[in-house]
Amino acid sequence: MSDRISVAKTYKLYLGGAFPRSESGRTYPVADAKGKFLANAAQASRKDLREAVVAARGAFKKWSGATAYNRGQVLYRVAEVLEGRREQFIAEVAASEGVAAKRAQALVDTAIDRWVWYAGWTDKLATVLGAANPVAGPYFSFSVPEPTGVVGVLAPQRSSLLGLVSVLAPVLATGSTAVVVGSQDRPLPAITLSEVLATSDVPGGVVNLLTGHTAELAPWLASHADVNALDLTGAHAEQRKGLEEAAAGTVKRVLRTPLEEPDWAERPDIGRLRAVLETKTVWHPTGV
Amino acid sequence: MPSWEYAPAPESRAIANLKPNYRMFLDGEFVEGGGEPLKSINPATEEVLAEVSTAGSADVDKAVKAAQRAQDKVWGRMPGAERAKYIFRVARLIAERARELAVLESLDNGKPIRESRDVDVPTASAHFFYHAGWADKLDHAGYGPDPRPLGVAGQVIPWNFPLLMAAWKIAPALACGNTVVLKPAETTPLTALVLAEIIQQAELPPGVVNILPGAGEVGAAVVGHPGVRKVAFTGSTDVGKSIQRSLAGTGKKLTLELGGKAANIVFDDAPLDQAVEGIVNGIFFNQGHVCCAGSRLLVQESVAEELLDKLHKRVATLRVGDPLDKNTDVGAINSRAQLTKIQELVASGEAEGAKRWTSPCPVPDKGFFFAPTVFADVSQAMRIAREEIFGPVLSVLTFRTPDEAVAKANNTPYGLSAGIWTEKGSRILWMADKLRAGVVWANTFNRFDPTAPFGGYQESGFGREGGRAGLEAYLDV
Repeated sequence: MSDRISVAKTYKLYLGGAFPRSESGRTYPVADAKGKFLANAAQASRKDLREAVVAARGAFKKWSGATAYNRGQVLYRVAEVLEGRREQFIAEVAASEGVAAKRAQALVDTAIDRWVWYAGWTDKLATVLGAANPVAGPYFSFSVPEPTGVVGVLAPQRSSLLGLVSVLAPVLATGSTAVVVGSQDRPLPAITLSEVLATSDVPGGVVNLLTGHTAELAPWLASHADVNALDLTGAHAEQRKGLEEAAAGTVKRVLRTPLEEPDWAERPDIGRLRAVLETKTVWHPTGV
Repeated sequence: MPSWEYAPAPESRAIANLKPNYRMFLDGEFVEGGGEPLKSINPATEEVLAEVSTAGSADVDKAVKAAQRAQDKVWGRMPGAERAKYIFRVARLIAERARELAVLESLDNGKPIRESRDVDVPTASAHFFYHAGWADKLDHAGYGPDPRPLGVAGQVIPWNFPLLMAAWKIAPALACGNTVVLKPAETTPLTALVLAEIIQQAELPPGVVNILPGAGEVGAAVVGHPGVRKVAFTGSTDVGKSIQRSLAGTGKKLTLELGGKAANIVFDDAPLDQAVEGIVNGIFFNQGHVCCAGSRLLVQESVAEELLDKLHKRVATLRVGDPLDKNTDVGAINSRAQLTKIQELVASGEAEGAKRWTSPCPVPDKGFFFAPTVFADVSQAMRIAREEIFGPVLSVLTFRTPDEAVAKANNTPYGLSAGIWTEKGSRILWMADKLRAGVVWANTFNRFDPTAPFGGYQESGFGREGGRAGLEAYLDV
């Protein structure tokens, strides 16, 4: 053992490509599974959340306008950079979730591979979900999937990294941008993941990650008029109905998920991609 | 007006890391082949670039067996998500060595560096990247749950896009769980062997990809080997026909990407300057060594004269010469044999009464070069209107009505591609519906993307490469 004193990290928010503290100046202590203090996390406010939506909206045009190939390469780059910081994530996931190193390793590896899985989807969605429509008339008609816009994501409360990646990556793959509220009690891997995103060619603002109290932030996210879709995965049971009601105010697409978190290690299908996609149908006459 | 004098901007040949000897890639190792070594030459200078070992018939057998072993024991059983990661590695390594590959390709093939740099190499990398993503998503491709691979794929590719064609063949085969024995063209084996090195660096299991240089008899041995379950061929229609004949009764799955005689159709409302650029790109891209080249220009009569005049002016500015010069528009013809074939067909055009115009541009006295040539007053019966020239030679015909354009465009046994130039969207779609061709470009030409299926109708072959449709060729469905 060296007697060197380590340099501890300040965990902050990830907002518009930068790492600010909460404008409220609030933090809350984060402990490991045994109750030992790990760090203070920023406790984001309603104002931080609104800033995050502004950043996500601002980033939407460029991100959704990038070619699917380019988005795929960026998501693959996230996997590459994550792989390079594998050991750090294994330690953080083990501490946050109270799992053995071997289990944490499997969770991190699956999280890396999940980015690769979604990287491969960017340029295949249109061929799997789109169509040329054989309409009965002299028209050429086709339908293409398009990203819905800004997606509010209440990240899983239990699975601090793999769960988070499993709900965030599909949003990015479609070309939508995200405002994520991380796991309240296990937020540290999320903030470290945002360091990976910040260095992986994901443009600033495409992902905005807030830590804090889910119950405090969720209603503002659900009612925000510039959010297009809401993923309820990490929402508390007693809040869910109210969040759905609030979402109706601007007809948000709501992804309802079971209260019990799924086994995130299972191979996903494309449900989470479909949940944040619109279908656009185009008509054009044919004829000389 | 400022005057812009021409100044050469040659890419350094040293970037190609050219080696004096290249060996074939068999079961994960570079080994000497049992065939007579071949010399690959630089068609722009006629100098020998490197000596390349070629496969003997015993090597073909060894390669197929290695591929069978790799397919049975490793590659076919591996989860798609793991196969994907290998293929992604190949995509990234190609991109990392893009400049080296581009220079090597231009040296070996004769194509302008601008094209190898901006088209061949990035598209090859993209093709691996795209198909890597399919490896663990085949359930979603529309071929039913858990579609299975075929086994060993025997693949024979042409000399016009050596690296790109290798990518088009290898990437989907691997993504679907097949293993590969590939024969590159006799005159352009070098980049495929650097790709083999990349495949080695990506640590693909031995035997998953085998690359055997050689001439036609090596290709025939690969195609004919009983261990091969899938044959993919890109090349001439004549050879394609003989392969199809030779596989009759064997049950082997076959896809063919063969010749073409594409019509590029210009209507009187087309933006003519834009059309001229598209026509030039359509026929002079890659010296016209493109199976989907727009080699028959169909112009609406009312604008024919104006268009032809603009075309001559534009083509006269094309710079023919050193493929490594970044200014070069038209590089070297790939081989003496091909040059002879082009000269012979051009002579037939003159003899049959078409009006020849050839660019007055300077042409190097060494190497295989052919100045861009445009034939006017071409009739449908002439050989230059019917046969694939595979060189920088354009035949111009005229039409009066859209129906006549369709009739003339479809008056060919081929059916690979077509181009349409008009401002009217409904006419584009009407024409696209009527044209018997696998790819139709509107107000553009020669666009390729791994997500867009490519392939022909009729004697241009069958099967598609790229897109979801392209997976079918490598699945047992």
